[in-house]
Amino acid sequence: MSDFNPKIVAFVCNWCTYAGADLTGTSRMKYSPQVSIIRFPCTGRIDFMLLLKAFASGADGIIVSGCHPNDCHYSSGNFHARRRWIVFRSLLDFLGIDVRRVRFSWVSAAEGAKWAQLVNETAEQIRLLGPFKRYHQLRGLGVE
Amino acid sequence: MARIGVFVCHCGENISATVDVKKVAEAASRIPGVAHSVEYKYMCSDPGQQMIRNAIREKNLTGVVVAACSPRMHEPTFRRACAEAGLNPFLCEMANIREHCSWVHEKSEATTHKAFDIVRTLVAKVKRNKALLPIKVPVTKTALVLGGGIAGIQASLDIANSGHKVILVEKEPSIGGHMSQLSETFPTLDCSQCILTPRMVEVAQHPNITLHSYSELESMDGFIGNFKVRIRKKARSLDEKLCTGCGLCVQKCPSKKISSEFDAGLGLRPAIYVPFPQAVPNKPVIDREHCTYYRTGKCRLCEKICPTQAIRFDQEDEIIEADIGAVVVATGFDIKHGDFFPEYGYGKYKDVIDGLQFERLASASGPTLGEIRRPSDGQVPQTVVFVACAGSRDPAKGIEYCSKICCMYTAKHAMLYKHKVHHGKPFVFYMDIRAGGKMYEEFVRRAMEEDGVQYIRSRVSRIYERGGKLVVKGADTLLGSRPLEIEADLVVLATAGVAQAGAEQLAQRLHVSFDAHKFYAEAHPKLRPVETNTAGIFLAGACQAPKDIPESVAQASGAAAKVAILFSQSELVREPLIAVVDRQAPPLYSSCVGCFLCQPSCPYQAIEKEEIRDRDGQLIKTIAKVNPGLCQGCGTCVALCRTKSIDIQGFSHEQVYAEVLALLNRGEDNV
Amino acid sequence: MKTGFYPGCSMKGSAREYSESLLAVARELGRELPEVPDWNCCGATAAHNIDTDLALALPARILAAAEKDGMNEVLVPCAACYSRLSVTRHELLDDEALRNKISGLVEADYQGTAKVVNIIEWLASIPDLEAWVKKPFAHRVACYYGCLLVRPPGVVKFDRPEEPQSMDLLLKKMGAEPIDWAFKTECCGAGFSVSRTDLVAKLSGLILEDAVSRGAEAVIVACPMCHLNLDMRRPQIEKQVGKKINIPVIYITQALGLAMGIPARKLGLQRHKVAVKLSPRTAES
Repeated sequence: MSDFNPKIVAFVCNWCTYAGADLTGTSRMKYSPQVSIIRFPCTGRIDFMLLLKAFASGADGIIVSGCHPNDCHYSSGNFHARRRWIVFRSLLDFLGIDVRRVRFSWVSAAEGAKWAQLVNETAEQIRLLGPFKRYHQLRGLGVE
Repeated sequence: MARIGVFVCHCGENISATVDVKKVAEAASRIPGVAHSVEYKYMCSDPGQQMIRNAIREKNLTGVVVAACSPRMHEPTFRRACAEAGLNPFLCEMANIREHCSWVHEKSEATTHKAFDIVRTLVAKVKRNKALLPIKVPVTKTALVLGGGIAGIQASLDIANSGHKVILVEKEPSIGGHMSQLSETFPTLDCSQCILTPRMVEVAQHPNITLHSYSELESMDGFIGNFKVRIRKKARSLDEKLCTGCGLCVQKCPSKKISSEFDAGLGLRPAIYVPFPQAVPNKPVIDREHCTYYRTGKCRLCEKICPTQAIRFDQEDEIIEADIGAVVVATGFDIKHGDFFPEYGYGKYKDVIDGLQFERLASASGPTLGEIRRPSDGQVPQTVVFVACAGSRDPAKGIEYCSKICCMYTAKHAMLYKHKVHHGKPFVFYMDIRAGGKMYEEFVRRAMEEDGVQYIRSRVSRIYERGGKLVVKGADTLLGSRPLEIEADLVVLATAGVAQAGAEQLAQRLHVSFDAHKFYAEAHPKLRPVETNTAGIFLAGACQAPKDIPESVAQASGAAAKVAILFSQSELVREPLIAVVDRQAPPLYSSCVGCFLCQPSCPYQAIEKEEIRDRDGQLIKTIAKVNPGLCQGCGTCVALCRTKSIDIQGFSHEQVYAEVLALLNRGEDNV
Repeated sequence: MKTGFYPGCSMKGSAREYSESLLAVARELGRELPEVPDWNCCGATAAHNIDTDLALALPARILAAAEKDGMNEVLVPCAACYSRLSVTRHELLDDEALRNKISGLVEADYQGTAKVVNIIEWLASIPDLEAWVKKPFAHRVACYYGCLLVRPPGVVKFDRPEEPQSMDLLLKKMGAEPIDWAFKTECCGAGFSVSRTDLVAKLSGLILEDAVSRGAEAVIVACPMCHLNLDMRRPQIEKQVGKKINIPVIYITQALGLAMGIPARKLGLQRHKVAVKLSPRTAES
């Protein structure tokens, strides 16, 4: 399992977590390269079907992260995301996908270190869970 | 067929030290649709930008990906470069291979591979980008200034003098704020009212300023340049047009024993009152809670006596609506009151007072006409203890911050006391002296050296009454921390500066954010200190954090300049990254089914209903429509829409799905 | 809910009456207070002056024993022991590495499940305490909290540190009239009782003088050390202030016991150096 390099997709908001990840860079903190970021205006924009699409396309793990509660640039988008996540967890469970493969977090623009830690922890978690092999079963479920 | 240009930046060695940029550029050239792929030392330099401009023209590019730093850094730079070469700037995207890759990973194959993954993802996105045009919205050139203290006054005058209309709203019956309560000001010992009241008069007389005193903001809608506000003008119980301010009613009012807010509870006022003689507007207001007529239904003495019959007992609050282009929030601060210092007996002992109360004692217009007399028995105190940091810098009290103004005003108070009571003994208990500011340190030294104020570096553990004296207990930490007691006749606590009581509610009405202490949050602590995160709303004065007069005035002028910049344009140009509702040809017209789930999800009330009618005016369907002026582009509605009928420009379904596929090397763009 | 009782050294010696009155009150209230099995010294002031690990290990051993015995909380009537136990619990819950280290030292897996409560918290948790009061303790009292009961605020998180009120509220429930005074949390001299009795006499003298001058008939305490200094050191105090001070010093549990109608002897009131003579008050005073 040591040569398993998980593919992790991070869905982050532009104002807090993207900027926080920028800060990780400007602070030259190192983290695991298995995570790549896709930028959204707000976690409220994240259609959770995208998460299933990512799993169906071979992602082993997913991070969703935005502004802390009450700090949303758009005042309430992160609350919508949090609610959606709560519902989505049960869907994941229903589909037989280990919910530990998705990490939902808040990282502010000032939390460069937290971002590095989040990425490393998630990478480690996914490494323990092993590759996500059942993605082909998700195909044809109308995840589009 | 897309013709994408990929430009990989070395950023000196910032990227190339850990990422094999040549390999990335070479691999990118094999992505379907990429017509041009190069690397260069500094893409953001002039030659670098020129490379992009040339490539756009020569290769006829339909999209550009610059693989370099964070878009938060240089996206505007490269979008401008594209626009200069005739490419719509929204067809340019940045692949962040510096902050998100080269700086956070070691030099390795995996790092180079990740950089390429990022490039491939953004290529997939940019292929689906659409040329967008900036949104232009009109600007209403009237500013709303909330709060008529020195910051609000300064902001109003500066905006008005730059030729724009100002509506100034003050919740108290008069403008002037805390500054009008002060006796003298540090470090010059100018009389506060002498320098303030001319400004107040100027506000009242300025043709560009409309003053609504005794009024509060009721609600606000809209967005930068186009706010709609409702102002509640509280009933003064008096026709302001008829009232001449003669003051007869104030003299004759029989209920005269009401604690005066202006005198910080040390003086009395009648039920119909003007807060202070130089009030602007100089029109009285009836305090309905204490007025005999409102309490018992009898009296109406003021009505009988008024020479112009201006009293209106049945007056109701009035709602004033206005269109506003920008807002300056200058609602100021308060000082900590109440049961906050039980160990100091504040609120229990009459002779333990706060800084504002001492200002009133020292003020020539105050309840003692400027003589320092203690509240309990009117005696001149022979020993006065001033306690700095009463509550401030005290995590145990929940106030970690420094209130900033107390060191200076405590030195001023001790000085004023010594100037008025020559044989008196002033003591100051302090933690540190923070006298950073022009002539500030010199001022404090003057208090110590010329006026003989004794400074004791100690916190006060307790204050209690013993034999008619107030025992102040501490320990002189500069003399071996020996316990120390001073028997004082009067104690003045420099209580912490805190946010106004209604700060949170106002912030919610304005959609601006605030910190843990309810002070309003600036957009950037260093570089955008007068702006809030909500476009078009600016901050001035102590509503942001405790500040002294010069700082408040400077910030107010800064906020006024920001408003003037905004008002210098007749149209405001905004990024078109907003939500749009699907429209298509008949018979469907739109995939929107009109469930309007999106409506409550929108934090900006930007979603309206649109009726689609046929030629005869028959209603075919009602669908959602996004107001481009209001939409801020968060995309919450997009994720929520059941029929995927709303999409957001710049982050469309097509774009983000393509990104996910490309990132996982599953899309059509895999190499 | 199982509440254990940690007596510590003083409750078995100089403060026997504190223990007697507490157990008498608990019996009357129908509360069982089993002792923490095989308890040891909390380390008091000595341990943390010598060895920080030892200062944590001693209380950790007590708490681990309570935990193992299934106790949800440990009542620590001595304010000094309370301080040691609650500081230890706070520090060990805050730092996993430290907790593991100390657990190793005391050869027990300390988890921190048992809460540490002081006498005020315990009494305040008894519902309808007023209903147990048969003979209201109708006296003007000075509630003396001492230095350790409410401090450090970040650890004990109980009442306000500079002007506490919780004991005053309890005394009100017993029918007493607590006075507003300035020495609630001032130092009595504590452990200097033996080495610098003069200092204790001075500090305790200030406390008693203020209580007397404000018309208190009794000082109420919740700490054996405070009691020792204010009561047993009375001759030295009187010599220091140069006058006779008759005010008795009573444990809060004794005051409650009297209010509940328990005979004074069962509450150990006869053990005090300063005789407890309280003139009965009429109902309306």
